[in-house]
Amino acid sequence: MRSETVLNMEGISKSFPGVRALHNVDFTLRKGEIHALMGENGAGKSTLIKVLTGVYEKDAGQSILDGKPVHFRSPQEALSMGIGTVFQEIALCPNLTVAENMFIGRSRSRFVQWKEMNAKAEEMLSSLGIPASPTQELSSCSIAVQQMVSIARAIDMDCKILILDEPTSSLDEDEVQKLFALMRELKARGVGIIFITHFIDQVYEISDTITVLRNGELIGEYQTSKLPQIELISKMMGKALSDVSAIEKQEKSKSARSVPVFEATGLSSAAGVRPFDFTIEKGEVNGFAGLLGSGRSESVRAIFAADKVTGGEVKVNGKRVKLKTPLHAMKKGIGYLPEDRKRDGIIGELSVRDNIILALQVMKGFFRPLSRKQAEEFAVEYIQKLGIKTPSIDTPIESLSGGNQQKVVLARWLLTNPMYLILDEPTRGIDVGTKVEIQKLVLKLAEDGMSLTFISSEIDEMLRVCTRLIVMKDREIVGELSGMSLTEQDTMQMIAQGGK
Amino acid sequence: MRSLNTTRSKTRLSNSNLLFIIAGVIFVLMYGFALISYPGSFMQFQTFFDLFNLNAALFIITLGLCVVMIAGGIDISVGAVCGLVTMACALLLESPMGSILGALLLALAIGTAFGVMHGFLIAYLEIQPFIITLGGMFLAQGLLTTLHKDPINVTMPAFVALRNYTIEIPWLGTVNRLGYFIPSEIKPGVIVVVVLVILYAVLMKWSRFGRNVYAIGGNSQSARMLGINVKRTRFFSYVICGLTAGISGFVFLMTTGAGNIGNGALFEMKAIASNVIGGILLNGGVGNLLGAPIGTLTLLTINELIRAAGVQSNLQAIVSGLLLYIFIVLQSIVMALRGNERFRLTLPPWLKPQDKEVENQG
Repeated sequence: MRSETVLNMEGISKSFPGVRALHNVDFTLRKGEIHALMGENGAGKSTLIKVLTGVYEKDAGQSILDGKPVHFRSPQEALSMGIGTVFQEIALCPNLTVAENMFIGRSRSRFVQWKEMNAKAEEMLSSLGIPASPTQELSSCSIAVQQMVSIARAIDMDCKILILDEPTSSLDEDEVQKLFALMRELKARGVGIIFITHFIDQVYEISDTITVLRNGELIGEYQTSKLPQIELISKMMGKALSDVSAIEKQEKSKSARSVPVFEATGLSSAAGVRPFDFTIEKGEVNGFAGLLGSGRSESVRAIFAADKVTGGEVKVNGKRVKLKTPLHAMKKGIGYLPEDRKRDGIIGELSVRDNIILALQVMKGFFRPLSRKQAEEFAVEYIQKLGIKTPSIDTPIESLSGGNQQKVVLARWLLTNPMYLILDEPTRGIDVGTKVEIQKLVLKLAEDGMSLTFISSEIDEMLRVCTRLIVMKDREIVGELSGMSLTEQDTMQMIAQGGK
Repeated sequence: MRSLNTTRSKTRLSNSNLLFIIAGVIFVLMYGFALISYPGSFMQFQTFFDLFNLNAALFIITLGLCVVMIAGGIDISVGAVCGLVTMACALLLESPMGSILGALLLALAIGTAFGVMHGFLIAYLEIQPFIITLGGMFLAQGLLTTLHKDPINVTMPAFVALRNYTIEIPWLGTVNRLGYFIPSEIKPGVIVVVVLVILYAVLMKWSRFGRNVYAIGGNSQSARMLGINVKRTRFFSYVICGLTAGISGFVFLMTTGAGNIGNGALFEMKAIASNVIGGILLNGGVGNLLGAPIGTLTLLTINELIRAAGVQSNLQAIVSGLLLYIFIVLQSIVMALRGNERFRLTLPPWLKPQDKEVENQG
């Protein structure tokens, strides 16, 4: 069933300094269609949405809304033309009532007509089947209902297009179903819905059409019913199925290890991964594979106690321990290189030297400072060891390139001499040469007896480095691959089938 | 479409109203305790009215500050502005061209000037309100001592008449020991308090501005996304607060009849305490405007109680400090028991609710 087009974006291109975020992308949305926009991190999904809603200025291309070319300069302007966006983070005021949240900021009158407003809200809520009362304070509603209220607000403003950006990531099964019911209702009313999510199963449950982006380019538009999951995943990851089987897999030598250094059973954290078991042996390199949002990072963050651990047992070197904070984990010899280097990893204004000795200093305690000479020696040693390109050890780290910043963070952890190091996307956004250097370094460290967990969005990189892959999907471990079955084909198969 | 029955949850009390009710209950308990302990003084209606008669200025200041606090801000200059206004007005009234109307206008002008300045710096230049209004406080104090160092008694006949004017309530009063009926009296300042309470309560509940104040106090980022002019709303919240501080200065002068360096000292702290007791949270967005007078009454009742008990004055401060702790912890516990993340407090195990609230929505 193809009905009339409501939005047509043609040849959209957008570049940022040094990055081509979108290149000649087309996107078409029809009336009453739920259209999933899929792609891995950096594929250009959010850039496309931001271009559409006027957050970014596009470099080339045009958007045609209802047959007329449009050009928005702000999300407010887009909203006034009928393009509503609902973000994962709810942009409503928790201390106001449901009805107020639907109508505040839109009225011209200087006074609030409570009765009239509540009646209008009541009508809207019941027609959409949203289980909330207009006079209820928003904070007393569940997250799903709050999200529905913000959808109701958009609908009441006569939206023709509704963009749902990761609306389900903080909802449970039941709430997701409620949201889907609402989406189907809107679809029946002829609203075009753009749905962005990392949950593959949800895409197949609700969407009519899928558009896949990769590295800022359009891969294609497909009917959901005619695109098998495995194909979708291979399109998102950019590996043709035939290529995949061609890769020769060499068996990595299983040396005399099998001494577990870290064991976890039923570990779960406040970030919402399902309880999982995990073991790593001495000198082993393993990895968490899965699409973005599958819970890879959340799992390792639980291991390092970077998120609040809510359950499970942990053994380090066979002894039961309680890891409550990252400092506990560090003291037990665990290191963690976070995914978001800018936010969690570096302290931009501090010098390269200070960034390198940071972790060691924290572990020693602040009352036993490293002498300046010692710090300098350490810094120089690791700058040479890792080949960090920096004008001097006193240079602020923010002026280094991404790859070198990453090496500094790596040096910081190596200096503490951990027995188990977790690397979350260590190669993201750095040049190919440095990437290979880091991969080599990982293998070298493992040879010296360190255990490592390596996470990357690029599956071939993980295959090159890891001897065992733990496959995740929708925040759950769905299986494990090692030895001969450690191939891209098998990994993708496992993600697609999801252990079901 | 799947059947999605619109089972409605019972509309829960909003946080603002819950805190308001707590404040009300605390006040009633406090006053009830006072009545039982010292029936001699608290049984008299005049004692209750005197709380208003003598502290009208504090009530008024608390109202203005309440608006700023609901918007998520703070203004600690209000006490000093109030003091400055008393001195400026006293000087004007004592000068040859003094008139009551002139003094009133001067009071409004000084208050508004401070409000506009603070509002501009805080809302449009986005500077921390604490620092800005701390600066305002020093400025107002400095101006106060520059104007005049010694107390000035206002002797202007018209003003003295206004100051001594009392309104008798013939049907409400007490019979004294000699058997004479003494009617209760209220001062003109109390009328100002009542009018302002009604005016501000209406403003906060039924005006677009008032609801916008709640919205920016709840989440200013969201408020902006919802199309509210956050800066303008914040600006006017400070203007209203300054203006109210100006009015309170005038009412202060009507109560004491003298400009004095110490006037209004520490009023900002008393006003913050009153608001917090009245259920207006410092985080912003939560609170009922009527909580402001209730909180002030509670604070004043505590002070009266301690005075009636004949405790030494240094102990008075200690006791009111401790009581303040108890109220705030009590509020937090109630809010935490509600399971609202924003007010979560680590409770000792014996205070934890046995079964977690799961039925958030229907």
